[in-house]
Amino acid sequence: MADVRTDPIHQFGIHKLVDINIGGYDVSFTNSSLFMVITLVAIAVLLLWGSSAKAIVPGRMQALVEVTYDFVAGTLRGAAGEAGMRFMPLVFSLFMFVLTANMFGMVPYFFTVTSHIIVTAALALLVILTVTIYGFYKNGTHFFNLFVPSGVPAPIVPLVTLIEIISFLSRPLSLAVRLFANMLAGHITLKVFAGFVVTLTSFGFFGSLGALLPLAMVVALTALEFLVAFLQAYVFTILTCMYLNDALHPGH
Amino acid sequence: MTWFISQAYAEETPATATPAAGTTATTAHEGGGHGGVFPPFDPSTFPSQLLWLAIVFIALYRLMSKRIIPQISGIIEARAAAIKADLEQAEASREASEAAGAAYAAALAAARAKAGSIAAETRNRVNHDIDSNRRAAEAQLADRLALAEKHVDDVKKAAVGHVSSIAIETTNALVDSLIGAVSHDEVVAAVAAAEKR
Repeated sequence: MADVRTDPIHQFGIHKLVDINIGGYDVSFTNSSLFMVITLVAIAVLLLWGSSAKAIVPGRMQALVEVTYDFVAGTLRGAAGEAGMRFMPLVFSLFMFVLTANMFGMVPYFFTVTSHIIVTAALALLVILTVTIYGFYKNGTHFFNLFVPSGVPAPIVPLVTLIEIISFLSRPLSLAVRLFANMLAGHITLKVFAGFVVTLTSFGFFGSLGALLPLAMVVALTALEFLVAFLQAYVFTILTCMYLNDALHPGH
Repeated sequence: MTWFISQAYAEETPATATPAAGTTATTAHEGGGHGGVFPPFDPSTFPSQLLWLAIVFIALYRLMSKRIIPQISGIIEARAAAIKADLEQAEASREASEAAGAAYAAALAAARAKAGSIAAETRNRVNHDIDSNRRAAEAQLADRLALAEKHVDDVKKAAVGHVSSIAIETTNALVDSLIGAVSHDEVVAAVAAAEKR
């Protein structure tokens, strides 16, 4: 367990870089904070510098930025309609933050911000609170129509309403746990197989020969993890869009 | 969690309290290497993560809503406007070229009609000229013909007049030389009688 080369948990450790204590709370600037800031800077540089030319015929970077923007805008518009575009800053921020944090997590020795449940839970709560507060602000008590689907026979309305309420309450949980668990499990799996390679190569020639198998596995898993890193950012985004649609149009 | 299990174990087997305490101590020692718990579930890091996430995400959100999204959507709107303007210009150009084509066709038709009328007018005038010239020439010829006919008549009449006097003279001379002198009046009467026959 002590060997950091093969310990799959070590990569999730949080270390203080600058000790800060406010009101008895330990709010030190840690490696996690550092990677959050790096993520922010990377997003700002990519999007602002990439679109700085403002060309009618875009260059490579501008095309990349526009494709990303159109992708998120299309997802939001498709799920929540034109009225949903008022949430574009929130949705685009969430997508870019989760995607960039996930992708930085794929770089060796980099910290994965989204592998900590408190981060994903905070983002999920942000989404659900936005949906709930905006839902009541926009629709008043009509927002409760969300829990009573139209066209359901009267006898089973209580049952359906109960299911809808449970489904609504489980949203932040599933949103947070899905992203967190995917990132955590993926990185642990990668590290375990990479650890096999390290352990086996220490057993001489035949060990090194046997290490080829987990090495191939690591290569394949790395490709899979890049897919997961993008896919989880997309899933988080599209679910956010669908929940925002509930806030905008609660009448199913 | 390990601590709870250890405690339960300790309660169930009070006789072996020492080993249980040892386990607890070992667990605590081992946990020390990782800050006590599995890092993602370590509540001591939560305030720091939450604060820095809030700082970073609020900064990101403000950047998105104030700078990035206006910039990108501005580019996309400018492009859409440029394409729309170009299409409108192309449509206007097409309409102008169609109008020019129609004007050309109209001008061509008018020119054709004018050319046709000029040709017809010229043909009529020429025909008219030809007719009048021919009529004049015919009238002139007719005059000359009439003159010639009159001249022929005059000559004929003169010749006929001469025939009587020549016949009289010849008869006079013949009779004179054959039977002697006769009166001129008798010869004239005889010639006139012969001419009547």
